[in-house]
Amino acid sequence: MTTWFASPSDVRERLAAVHYLPDDAIATSVFLAGALGKPLLAEGPAGVGKTQLAKAVAAATGARLVRLQCYEGLDEARALYEWNYKKQLLRIQAGAGESWDETHDDIFTEEFLLERPLLRALRSAEPTVLLIDETDKADVEVEGLLLEILSDFQITIPELGTITAAVRPFVVLTSNATRELSEALKRRCLYLNLVYPTPERERDIVLSQVPGIRADLAEQLARMVATLRGLELKKSPSIAETIDWANTLLALGRDDISEATVADTLGVVLKHASDQARARKELGL
Amino acid sequence: MTGDGLVGRHVGFVRALREAGLPVSPAEGLDAARALALIDLSERESLRAAYAATLVKRPAHRPGFDMLFDLWFPPVTSALTAAREAGAEEAEPPRPPTGGATGYGLPEHREQLARLLMGDEAAGSMAEFARAMVERYGRQPAAAGRQNWFSYSVLRALSPETLMARILAEALAGRERGGLAERMVRRRVTDNIRRFEEAVAADVRRRIAEDSGVERIARSAVRPPLEQVDFLRITRADLARLRREVYPLARRLATRLVIKHRHGHRGRLDFRRTVRASLGTGGVPLTTHNRPRRPHKPELVILSDTSDSVSSFAHFTLLLTYALREQFSKVRAFGFVDTIDEITRFFVPGADLVEAMTRLTQEADMVRFGRTNYGHAFERFAEKYADAIGPKTSLLILGDARSNYQPPALDTLTALAGRARHAYWLNPEPRPQWDTGDSEATAYGAVVPMYECRNVTQLTAFIEELA
Repeated sequence: MTTWFASPSDVRERLAAVHYLPDDAIATSVFLAGALGKPLLAEGPAGVGKTQLAKAVAAATGARLVRLQCYEGLDEARALYEWNYKKQLLRIQAGAGESWDETHDDIFTEEFLLERPLLRALRSAEPTVLLIDETDKADVEVEGLLLEILSDFQITIPELGTITAAVRPFVVLTSNATRELSEALKRRCLYLNLVYPTPERERDIVLSQVPGIRADLAEQLARMVATLRGLELKKSPSIAETIDWANTLLALGRDDISEATVADTLGVVLKHASDQARARKELGL
Repeated sequence: MTGDGLVGRHVGFVRALREAGLPVSPAEGLDAARALALIDLSERESLRAAYAATLVKRPAHRPGFDMLFDLWFPPVTSALTAAREAGAEEAEPPRPPTGGATGYGLPEHREQLARLLMGDEAAGSMAEFARAMVERYGRQPAAAGRQNWFSYSVLRALSPETLMARILAEALAGRERGGLAERMVRRRVTDNIRRFEEAVAADVRRRIAEDSGVERIARSAVRPPLEQVDFLRITRADLARLRREVYPLARRLATRLVIKHRHGHRGRLDFRRTVRASLGTGGVPLTTHNRPRRPHKPELVILSDTSDSVSSFAHFTLLLTYALREQFSKVRAFGFVDTIDEITRFFVPGADLVEAMTRLTQEADMVRFGRTNYGHAFERFAEKYADAIGPKTSLLILGDARSNYQPPALDTLTALAGRARHAYWLNPEPRPQWDTGDSEATAYGAVVPMYECRNVTQLTAFIEELA
């Protein structure tokens, strides 16, 4: 088994090197996911860096990132593997004089197998980070499919036999919690509830993502966003939107968060008319 | 794994989590134990994160977990602190002991608290300060040789709220008052006051646990997880969190009602197309054609009791109404105490929830004498809004069926329920209390199937049952 990280502080240093600043909980969970060889389920609102976490782990360890985007109607053929039946048909037509057995043995081989993300991650010889994104969007049946893969890291293809992972991939599942994932799936995973960062951490994130911003402006910005998140909004500003906001202020050449600046650029972080109205009212803009 | 002490503590902690209502499976317990072997146990936050990652799989369980963790793995113990302080005093006598009674008094403590509340990072750690303050102000002598610890005496002595004016004056330093800057400072200070109160409460619990045993305090201190909190005993803080839980539930309720509808219908025979097609076979209709299925449009009518006896439940039902309104195209909501009014207009999609609630209580005409009267409310509904209920309507009644001994108007309700496609009644009272006093639960339950709906778990179960 490959060692992904040596300790939680190792996680912190190496993720910081690829511009992802983890807190204690993230660092420990990522370390444990690697050390225990268990999938990591990251749940939280949109835009707190769930997907980014998987990408950062891949970048920090130099592993290959394989991504499975979940959506309603995702099935085995899209997630796991599929036989390339068009090519199989061609093969059958080409070998007109052959006996059935020869053809049969030939058309169910590697050459005709279409790898989908899950199988690709399992069969990869190099270290791989498997990102199963927005698991809650997929149907419940897909969770059943994931159970075998995530607990034993193997799958069975009737014509080829059982395939076991040569190198256990580092699995990250993400979910926006639009629906409750099944208990069975949660039990097999380590759970990481990602929330909006503290103003201090968000300030550091802005500083590392937006070169050229002044430290005190980043600090004010982080506090402002924390204040906005404290309001009852339909959609709280995400970290990505904070960074957009920082870039906007930089482009406009504003170096202070005043009422006028906030009122002018509120659209960068709040994207519902009712949210904007609420923010204007509560903050007296 | 090292020694019996750690294993014992681990097992005790897992058992306490289960007692507090967290579903921890044996496999998860083993995962946690494996994780303990891998991390540095002297790093308390790592330990907390390791336990959280392996054992706590729902955000709603996190507050209870944190409270138990602080009890089972306290940051300090009194014996240790005493030893450390004694050592420190010997080494450097001039430093005033933070917990000492002399020299370093209340004004200084308030000064330090003000700096902490402003978020001054140089002022030291909030938790440490809270511990010192509990030591100083939280002790009350009880029976011989024992002592009690209270957080309110700490908060009364320091009264963090009264520091606000001073902090504002200092933080704004000449800038204009009333603006954005002030609001931001206020918010930060309020948040920090809450953190300080929590830190004090946590330390008081730790001290009580040292005196009277961890298990006992754990049982009384931990609130049940959110989904098991009784709607009738819900606090304001819970409501805010509940809001987030309700949205997915409303969406599921909506889809469940739609699916039920969908299975019920098949497209009718399309006569024209069938005859046209039969021309090819000499007028014999070999293949039939059906009309495409009509898109289903479920309608929902909600009648909710908004009286004071169920006010927190009413708040919840309005939340649910609001969430359903976003999911269903045709929802009509009615609120009643002893007369009924349509409240749909307050919940237009995209409306602000908080504002809708305030306007609702001010403008809607739901109260005549102020004592709940289900019978009268149903009769008025049948008179004024009879057209709201049709064969496509699902009727959802939310209330405790306590009608102050007024006539229940069962016939009216029977007629209403008969005209609707489905009718359900959700009652926030525990089943054993039904039919006690002025409750008409069984009488109404015979007309409209009544479900006990005391917490999120039961609401979820109801939604599952609909399918």
